[in-house]
Amino acid sequence: MSTEASAPPAPARRRGRWRAVGALIVALVALAAALAPALPLADPNRTQPSGRLAPPLSPGHPLGSDHLGRDLLSRVVWGARVSLVVGVLATLLAMLAGTAVGLVTGFYGGLTDHVAMRGIDLVMAFPYILLAMLLVAALGPGLVNAMLAVAVVNVSFYARGVRAAVLLLREQEFVEAARAVGSTEGRILRRHILPGIAGPILVFVSMNIGVMITESAGLSFIGLGAQPPTADWGTMLADGRQFITVAAHVAAIPGLAIFLLVLGCNLLGDGLRDALDPRLR
Amino acid sequence: MRRYLTHRLLSALFVLVGVSFVVFLALHLAPGDPAQVLLGPMATPAELGNLRAQLGLDRPMIVQYGRWAARAAQGDLGRSIMLRRPVLPELARRFRATLILAGGALVLAFPAGILLGVLAATRPGSPVDRLSQVVAMVGISMPAFWVGLLLIIGFSVQLGWLPGTGMYSPAGDGGAGDLLAHLVLPAVTLSLVPLAIVSRLTRSSMLDVIAQDYVRTARAKGASEPRVIGWHAFRNTLVALVTVLGLQVGYLLAGAVYVETVFAWPGVGFMMVNAILTRDFPLVQGGVLLIATTYVMINLATDLLYAVVDPRVRHVH
Repeated sequence: MSTEASAPPAPARRRGRWRAVGALIVALVALAAALAPALPLADPNRTQPSGRLAPPLSPGHPLGSDHLGRDLLSRVVWGARVSLVVGVLATLLAMLAGTAVGLVTGFYGGLTDHVAMRGIDLVMAFPYILLAMLLVAALGPGLVNAMLAVAVVNVSFYARGVRAAVLLLREQEFVEAARAVGSTEGRILRRHILPGIAGPILVFVSMNIGVMITESAGLSFIGLGAQPPTADWGTMLADGRQFITVAAHVAAIPGLAIFLLVLGCNLLGDGLRDALDPRLR
Repeated sequence: MRRYLTHRLLSALFVLVGVSFVVFLALHLAPGDPAQVLLGPMATPAELGNLRAQLGLDRPMIVQYGRWAARAAQGDLGRSIMLRRPVLPELARRFRATLILAGGALVLAFPAGILLGVLAATRPGSPVDRLSQVVAMVGISMPAFWVGLLLIIGFSVQLGWLPGTGMYSPAGDGGAGDLLAHLVLPAVTLSLVPLAIVSRLTRSSMLDVIAQDYVRTARAKGASEPRVIGWHAFRNTLVALVTVLGLQVGYLLAGAVYVETVFAWPGVGFMMVNAILTRDFPLVQGGVLLIATTYVMINLATDLLYAVVDPRVRHVH
């Protein structure tokens, strides 16, 4: 076989490279977040009134400091923990709840299905940012409540997708065959349906984490999520806003962190979709 | 068509009633007492009781919902607790600002997104195609509140070309030119996500269409390339674009909340954020109800438009 025939076409190769870039960004952020307590960083909450709004590359503050003299590099690294944990947890919550609803309604159908789908219609009648805000208004501002709100809003997407996939699988011959040899409904769900929908769920999860991170940072930015003095990228951006005329980096840097992490997640998600779902190429 | 229409109208009505109940319930169950917020920590229990009775907060929940829904249906959304003014006129004023912002973003995003998508699809693998993919990826990954701040830093603070906050200059004449200058940065910020989505969608659906037999036929019979793309191919991507238009208008109305906050744009979203933080329930209820109702109506209109564009839809239930 010649090298020309075995090498993938240019667009596929390029896509592979971007997937690697995404994986690298996510891995670096995750590593920094995991190792934050062990890294030689300043205390993210230690204020230092004499060193306020230091520009990047100042001695002792590689990324500068904020309006209270707190070290920005340290806060960005600690903020990565908040963003990653909130993004991953919210996605897991939405996935678990949505998959459960989608499996049950799709597989058993009937009245449960009918009632659940009307409920989901209702949830989807709200633009989802609005519903998240409404939920935070009801639960009260805070990081945990913001995460719950973002998760709840996304449950309906998973439930709909899983239900549609289950409806297709349910009619397949291998399911009928399993039933014919006497498999219980529970066994059919676990052994035959669930493996069939795992791939699409994984793809959706990988595309969803970035949205979750942006949304929870957004809620923090407008004051409905993480509360000061938590080192959270959204609240850091909101704090920095007041000083953009004198020290633009205080707001720009945490935003850049959000952008890079979300970009990494999206590149990785795109790559995963291409790998797992060749039809979408 | 008649059955389809009835079916769609009834389900929209059902959803609206449901939406109003969810809105009411969410804030009714919320912790925090508006009477306490209004009167402050020094209020006596008797004063609190009086104010609750005055605001109707002491009635059973279902009675409160019934009264609220009946009034809301007639356009009476109550009085804002903080502003001590009726909610509806305030909402109308704010909604106008949000519509102007969303309209500006729409005008920027759709033509640019469609153009980019068509150019990319007709030149696969070219620099334009790669640019469209970068725009799509970067556009959906950048948080709007960050982009807005960067634009303010660049174009207002550093260059001083455009205003970065509000809708009119305090000393201005309130004219259209002043409004337009204030609109540029927020509208550009808000247009990024729809631009990314529209260009990606146009590109992929054009690629699908171009690969079809009838496009080859059109080419074979000698139609010019602009005619093949513009007349034969593009028309069939319109169905997908109509759907995404409906969805994106919904996104623009609600997603405007971050952009409005960054630019202090006096819209519904900005108002609601403040209302949530001050627990001004009537204002929050009114805002959510207004945006959700608009969203339901837009989806309804999209579905009906869909039935007009694609006759097959009318027979599907």
